[in-house]
Amino acid sequence: MLLDVKDLKVSFHSRDGVNEAVKGISFQLDEGKTLAIVGESGSGKSVTSMSLTKLLPPPPLCRVSGEALLNGKSLFSLSSKDMQAVRGKEIAYIFQEPSTSLNPYYTVGSQIEEAIKYHRDDVEDVWAEVVKLLDQVGIRDPDKRANDYPHQMSGGMKQRVMIAIALACQPRILVADEPTTALDVTIEAQIIELLKELRAKLNMSIILITHNFGIVDEFADEIAVMFRGEIVEAGPATEVLANPQHPYTQALIKCIPKMGAKQKRLPMVDYPELEG
Amino acid sequence: MIGEANEMSDANAVDGALLEVEDLKVTYEAQRGSFIKQVEYVHAVKGVSFEVKRGTTMGLVGESGSGKSTIGKAILRLAPLSGGSIRYEGKEISSLDDRSFMPYRKKIQTIFQDPYASMNPRLTVASIVSEPLVVHAREMSKADRLERVADLLEKVGLPADAMNRYPHQFSGGQRQRICIARALSSSPEFIICDECVSALDVSVQAQIVNLLQDIQDELGITYLFIAHDLAVVEHICQEALVMELGQIVEQGPTDDLYRSPQHPYTQRLLDAVPKMPTIVGAG
Repeated sequence: MLLDVKDLKVSFHSRDGVNEAVKGISFQLDEGKTLAIVGESGSGKSVTSMSLTKLLPPPPLCRVSGEALLNGKSLFSLSSKDMQAVRGKEIAYIFQEPSTSLNPYYTVGSQIEEAIKYHRDDVEDVWAEVVKLLDQVGIRDPDKRANDYPHQMSGGMKQRVMIAIALACQPRILVADEPTTALDVTIEAQIIELLKELRAKLNMSIILITHNFGIVDEFADEIAVMFRGEIVEAGPATEVLANPQHPYTQALIKCIPKMGAKQKRLPMVDYPELEG
Repeated sequence: MIGEANEMSDANAVDGALLEVEDLKVTYEAQRGSFIKQVEYVHAVKGVSFEVKRGTTMGLVGESGSGKSTIGKAILRLAPLSGGSIRYEGKEISSLDDRSFMPYRKKIQTIFQDPYASMNPRLTVASIVSEPLVVHAREMSKADRLERVADLLEKVGLPADAMNRYPHQFSGGQRQRICIARALSSSPEFIICDECVSALDVSVQAQIVNLLQDIQDELGITYLFIAHDLAVVEHICQEALVMELGQIVEQGPTDDLYRSPQHPYTQRLLDAVPKMPTIVGAG
């Protein structure tokens, strides 16, 4: 077991009150496996992944409690300095909006270079590694593209660059937070294919945060469904999707328009019933 | 007020066609280079023709850069036409001057993608929803306007007390409902939905899609539904146009399009959609 999270709680404190974003969840991730955390806005899924590497505001604004063990090592008891070594190196992230994740003032090559220089000391020729990574993520003419600025690239290409930066440090876990939501469907298919290839080649573990059940079905081993800060259902992805037990999971899957289904109205999620 | 008689109909209007677009072209000028400015032309829409029948929903699908949003903007005069014509109820509207076009702004409304960006954060919901009335129904008293706003909010499933609140106090789905209420306030006949459910969670998307259909059933409104989500388009549209790089590559009833696509690009789009799991168990 690579990652073991127990009773994770995250709360945000402000003058208007306390918001318990995550209310005590537990999950595990095995090496080489992909866990999909599925939920809607406000379910706590992004906050969950960001809490693992202290990407959330410090107390008193945000309080994190519980336990998160990475290969037996407790993440929450690490000092800021030690956490810097984990963030990016052992757990790397790619986020939804590649446009805002990349620095517009620097070439993409120099941004990948930065990641390599910071986390790795085993690389002789850093620039060659940069080109190799861009090639690995499927960017044509990587030696030329490395000198491009983010604004010169399409959304799909920028997301590939983000994946290259994440891979630069050969992380144990890749957290992909809605990696394809902002992309067109054909580009989304390419990015998912790319992640599958890389996963197989590098035996990388992935936490995929998404609300797209279609991707979960073809890409994830395990699934955890979050609703208002709690995991309401979890298990092997194909099983949960084919046979959802919890009413929320059932309702969520039902309300997605399916290709080829002739429905008059889309079923809707009945929240009051769920909360009661 | 809802469904009032339309004084503008042209006796020569094609049976059933509310909007006709013929050989529409939109070309943008883009400048490259910082020292030596070179003008580059971006042909966003390269000669597109289609018609939308009254009371139906026409889908316009394509990826980023296909030109689908640009078509919606051209109809609304938010993008300049470089060629072709747009006819509403048989009357040519693209060459009208601003003043003559005004009555059409009342009939053709729009709902945008980003519910966070499409409303003035400093105005109350009442002001936002009644803005079209202030422009197009000058004869209405303030009291009448507010009454209409209350009716509209009810129609879109929001409480009447939402009137005095500000956009930031609402969720994405609720804001989109406010935008729908605003679009309905001038009693339009035609609404351009530009990716209006793309930014919403699936459960909220279902609610908004159902609401749009209910409104069409009740008021007979015609929609041009611009989207990139093929499943949503299949659900809500009777007919659809598939766009690639500024041109329509295929069009027809959604049933035909989805079951037996003719153009390789349409096939590619359909193939790329992740297959949804089928529930075999409970539910």
